[in-house]
Amino acid sequence: MSGVADRLRNLTIPSPLADSFADGAFADGRAGAAYGKVSTPIGELTAVVTHRGLLNLIFEGHEQDRALQRVADKVTPRILEAPSTVAFVQEKLDDYFRGRTFRIEMPLDRSLLTPYQGRVLDFTYDIPAGETRTYRQAAEGAGDPRAARATGRALATNPIPVVLPCHRIVASNGELRGYAGGLDHKRFLLEHEGFLR
Amino acid sequence: MSLPPFQRLLDEHAWGLRRFLVGYVGWAEADDCLQDTLLAALEAYPGLRHGSNLRGWLFTIARRKALDCLRRRARDAEPGLAPDRMEAAVAIPDWDLWALVAALPEKQRAAVTLRYLADLPYAEAAEAMGISEAAARQNVRAGLAALRKKMSGRET
Repeated sequence: MSGVADRLRNLTIPSPLADSFADGAFADGRAGAAYGKVSTPIGELTAVVTHRGLLNLIFEGHEQDRALQRVADKVTPRILEAPSTVAFVQEKLDDYFRGRTFRIEMPLDRSLLTPYQGRVLDFTYDIPAGETRTYRQAAEGAGDPRAARATGRALATNPIPVVLPCHRIVASNGELRGYAGGLDHKRFLLEHEGFLR
Repeated sequence: MSLPPFQRLLDEHAWGLRRFLVGYVGWAEADDCLQDTLLAALEAYPGLRHGSNLRGWLFTIARRKALDCLRRRARDAEPGLAPDRMEAAVAIPDWDLWALVAALPEKQRAAVTLRYLADLPYAEAAEAMGISEAAARQNVRAGLAALRKKMSGRET
């Protein structure tokens, strides 16, 4: 007679875990990182934030699981999904995509940046919107003109794309070259900033 | 082996933890217990040396938090389901079976809810209870037998 066991297995429990759990755990510091979706004209991105600021912006279609695992390994495994925590990212990206500003200012957590990568991306941040620079100029800007390869890698693995505008670096012949988020997104961003039309 | 993002543990196990806790401590306190369990787990999480058997680890914490909860309740001397809670419970589907589970002796209730509500294998149910697998099986058997007896007694 397995009736009781089956009935036990089939018992239903209505309400799930309250949403406020993750918000609370992040607010009181028990969770070290939180993530949620932000919507933009170039897709629904996943923003990962810490108490310092935006840590990682992951393009749609990129393996979110792998990116979050990287955060767990390199920064903290105390990661929760808490959509309300990324509201400031959505707000700033809205300003950018509506053309209110092309210089996105928000607190960043640079833990996923190597020191060299930080210099390369800071260089891109200072390129005025509507302009581009070459890989070689980026390498020079970061203080090492011979490090073309390292510069390419630093740009390709930018953990905070759009905000740190690696899309402003193009090949010296004017080709867009590559973009982790997809070339059409790079084209979209450069058009939006007035460089391409 | 590295630790997965904590959210993965929630996605995979919060459901089972909650089922266990509702069966074990009751509806009224299950959510507080779940919250305590998850916060304690979150706090201890980075100290784990490897990511194997995370489910067993979570349920061990849950059972400990649930025992704390039962002790608090015993100290506050409110045996069983209070009448007002009983009334609220009638609105719940299968409330009669929940009530029978709630009336089981503590060890049997823990074993039955870990095994059948949370769907843990015997080895992990035993680990969460801090007893041998054989003892866990014995408690499940005794618990099921008691439930059957009460159900048939009531239905005839």
